[in-house]
Amino acid sequence: MDRRDFLKKSVFLGATAGLAGSLGSLTNVLANTKFYSPKSYDLVAIKGGEPAVMFDKAMESFGGMKSFVKKGQSVVIKPNIGWDVTPERGGDTNPQLVKQIIKHCLNAGAKDVYVFDHTCDYWKKCYSNSGIEKAVNDAGGKIVSGESEGYYNDVQVKSGSTLKNAKVHELILNSDVFINVPVLKHHSSSGITIGMKNLMGVVWDRRFWHQNNLQQCIADFASYRKPNLTIVDAYNVMKRNGPRGVSKEDLITMKSLIISRDLVAADAAAAKLFGTDPEKVDYIRIANEMKLGVMDLNKLSINRIIM
Amino acid sequence: MNSALLKKIRIGVSALFFILFTFAYLDLSGFAVQKLSVYVTYLQFIPSILKLLSIISIAATGFIIVTVLTFLFGRVYCSSICPMGTLQDIISFFARKLNNKKYFRLNKEYKFLKYSLLAVTVISFFSGSLIIIDLLDPYSNTGKIFSNLFRPVLILVNNFIAFTFGKANIYFLYPIETNGFSIAAIGFSLIILGTIGIMSYMKGRLFCNTICPVGTLLGLFSRYSMFKISIDKGACISCNLCERVCKAGCIDKKNKLIYFERCVSCFNCFEVCPKGGISYTTSIKQTGNDTPVKIDNKKREFISKTFLYAFGLTTISFGQIKIIPKKLSKIQNLKKNTVSPPGSKSISHFAGKCTACHLCVSACPAQVLQPSLWEYGFTGILQPFMDYKVSYCNHDCLICGQVCPTGAILPLTIEQKKFIQIGKVNFIKDNCIVETEGTECGACSEHCPTKAVQMVPYKNQHLPEIHTEYCVGCGACEFACPVKPYKAIYVDGNPVHQTAKEKIEEKIKQKVDLKSDFPF
Repeated sequence: MDRRDFLKKSVFLGATAGLAGSLGSLTNVLANTKFYSPKSYDLVAIKGGEPAVMFDKAMESFGGMKSFVKKGQSVVIKPNIGWDVTPERGGDTNPQLVKQIIKHCLNAGAKDVYVFDHTCDYWKKCYSNSGIEKAVNDAGGKIVSGESEGYYNDVQVKSGSTLKNAKVHELILNSDVFINVPVLKHHSSSGITIGMKNLMGVVWDRRFWHQNNLQQCIADFASYRKPNLTIVDAYNVMKRNGPRGVSKEDLITMKSLIISRDLVAADAAAAKLFGTDPEKVDYIRIANEMKLGVMDLNKLSINRIIM
Repeated sequence: MNSALLKKIRIGVSALFFILFTFAYLDLSGFAVQKLSVYVTYLQFIPSILKLLSIISIAATGFIIVTVLTFLFGRVYCSSICPMGTLQDIISFFARKLNNKKYFRLNKEYKFLKYSLLAVTVISFFSGSLIIIDLLDPYSNTGKIFSNLFRPVLILVNNFIAFTFGKANIYFLYPIETNGFSIAAIGFSLIILGTIGIMSYMKGRLFCNTICPVGTLLGLFSRYSMFKISIDKGACISCNLCERVCKAGCIDKKNKLIYFERCVSCFNCFEVCPKGGISYTTSIKQTGNDTPVKIDNKKREFISKTFLYAFGLTTISFGQIKIIPKKLSKIQNLKKNTVSPPGSKSISHFAGKCTACHLCVSACPAQVLQPSLWEYGFTGILQPFMDYKVSYCNHDCLICGQVCPTGAILPLTIEQKKFIQIGKVNFIKDNCIVETEGTECGACSEHCPTKAVQMVPYKNQHLPEIHTEYCVGCGACEFACPVKPYKAIYVDGNPVHQTAKEKIEEKIKQKVDLKSDFPF
C-alpha cells in the first residue's frame, strides 16, 4: 500500500468507525438505562452478540478506545495466531474481533497498529489460514513476522522468581500501547489458556519455560509488561484437545467477550466462564499471590452486559 | 532457416528455462515454487524417467520428448533445458568477456572416463541404488547448488534488508529464520560448483562431454540423429572461426569435421561462418560419413555385456531392495529408522527414486526437509529426510509432493496426507520434565495435531500418554520437547508408510444459555 492509499483508507475507515461508534452509543443509551460512569469499570463481560458488535458495545463501558490510545501513539496487538487452523476451529483469536480492535485504535488516532504472534505452526500459514492476516490488512493495521530471533531483544524480568530473562519482540518493547487478545481454550500444558498464557507468544524461547516450571514462568512474565488492555475472545471456546484442537467437535459456542485493564482479573473471569475455578489454575493463583492483578472478582467493579 | 535466428531461439529458450529454474529454487515467498516447478522439471531427463517408474502419467513423459528431440536434432537438452548447461554457459560467457583472446579449441575426448561413468551410473541404478545419479545428475546438482549455496546467500541479503527497515518500523519484508544447516550438502555443492566453474572457465562444456552421464547418453543417441550439424567442405575457407566459438570443443578444423556426439546444438558456429557453410543436414544420405565411426566389436561386446549384467542384477535385486537406514547411536532409544517425507510410500521407494535435487528442501515452508548425511545409509547421501531437530511437518501442507520431479515423493490430497503415518511416536518417561522436575510441561501434546499425545493426570501434574494408532509421525512433539540433549518423545520412522486412524469424538455436550447470568 502506498502512502496515498493508506491515507485514503485511514480516512475512510476512521469515518465509518466513527459513524458506527456514534450509532452504537445511541443504541446503548436506549438499551441500557442503568447509569454507569465510563472508565470506572475494572472489567466488562458481554455475551450474546457477534464478536465485533460485542466489542463495540463493551468498549463504551470504558469510554471508548480513546481511553487507552492517544493520538499519534503506536499500538501492538497480540492475538493468538499460534496454529495453522481455520477460524471455525477456534484455535486462534477470532479475526473479526481483531479487525474491530484495529479499527477502534485507528479511529482513536493511533499512528500505527501492529499485529504479530510468535506462532507454533509455520507462521505464514497460521497468519493466512486463521484469517487474521486478511483482517489486519483490511482494517489498515500492519501484520509483522514473529518468526525471527533478530526481532527479539534481551530483557530482565525483575519480579520473576524463575524466569529472570527473556527475549521479547521489539514491537512489545517499542509500542506505546499493548493490547493482548487471547482466545479462551483448553490447554494440555497449563489447563486453560487465556491472557497470561498468550504472552508466551511475545518471547523467543518458549522451551525454557516448559523446562523450568511452566506455571511459574507464565506468572513471572506477566510482571514484565502488563498489557494496557486484555480482550478475551470467548466466542467459540475449545473445551478439549486444546490448544490446537482436532476438529470443530471440540468447541462450544459461548458468544462471550471479556475485557479488562487487569490481566489477572481477565484470566480469572474467563476461567470461571470456562467452568474452572481460577484458584485451581496455578499461574492465575501465583500471579494473584505476586500481586500482578486481582483474582477475586468480588473486589472488582464489573459491567455485565447480556445482549 | 536463418542460422542467426536458430541461435537466438536457443538463447531465448535457455534463458526462459533458467529463469524459471531460478525462481523455483530461490523464491523466498513460497508462492512461485508451487506454480513453476512443473515447467522447470517436466523435461528434466533423469527425474522424468524416475517419475514414470513411480506413476504412469502425462507429467512423467518429459524424457520421451527429450529422447525424440535428440534423435531428431541432437543434444538440445544439453543446450537449453539442462540448468547446469546454462549455468556453465553463463560462466564461460563471462570468462570470455574478461579475456577477449580466450577462444575455444577442439577438446580432447576422454572416452574411457565418460563411458565408465555412464556405465557405473546405469549399473548402480539397475542394481537399485541411486547414489551415482545423486552425485552426477546435472539437473539435481544444479538444484543442490541453488538450494544449498545461492538460496542461503539470498536469505542473508533479504534478512539484512528486512532488519534494516525493521529498525525504522517498516515491515514490508520479513526475515527468514534458517535452522537447518547441512555441511555435507554445502560442501558437495561447492565441489560441484567449483568443478563446473573451473571446467567451463577453461574449456566450455568439457564437463558435459566428460563427466555428465546424461550428456554421454544423449551423445550416444545423437549418433543416430536424423539431422546433424556438419561443415560443407566445399564452402569452408579454413578461417577457424567456428572452432573458436564452439563451446563443446567438438569442431575439428583440420579435418573440417564436427563430432556431433559431443555437440550441444548451441548454433554458435552457424552464426559465425562467413560462408554459411555450417548447417543441419539429414544424416540419412550421408550415412554417417562426416562422423568418423569406427566399428569396434570389443566395445560393443562390453556394452552389451554391461547391460546384460545390469538387467540381470536388477531382476535379482528388485525383490530384495531394502535400504535399512541406521543412525549411529550413542545412547539407547535412538531412532531405528529415518523418517521419509509423506507421499514417499516407503524408504525404499524414496531412496530408489530421489535424485537429491533439493527442490523440496527449498520449497518446504517448515524447513523440516533437510539433506541427509548417513540417515538413509551411505547410498542415500544428500537425499532429504524429515529432520525433527530443525522443525516439524505442517499438518495441512502438501508442497513436497507437488514439486517433486522424480516421483520419489508422490502428490497427495489433503485427506490422504492427514492420515499417512510416516512414523510412530515413542515416549521415554525417564527423560520427561514432568517426571524429572515434577512440573507441568505438555509441549508435545500441545503441538500434536491429532492428539496421539495426550496429557493424563500424574502425581498432581500431567504426563504425556501416547496413542500410536492416531500418530501421523509429523514430529511436532519431538520438535517441541524441551529436554536436551536427548528428547523425551520422538518419532521413529516407518520403513513402509502406514495409515493412521482417525480420532472420532462426539460433539462436546454442554448447553450454553446465552441469556443467563455470568458465573461471576
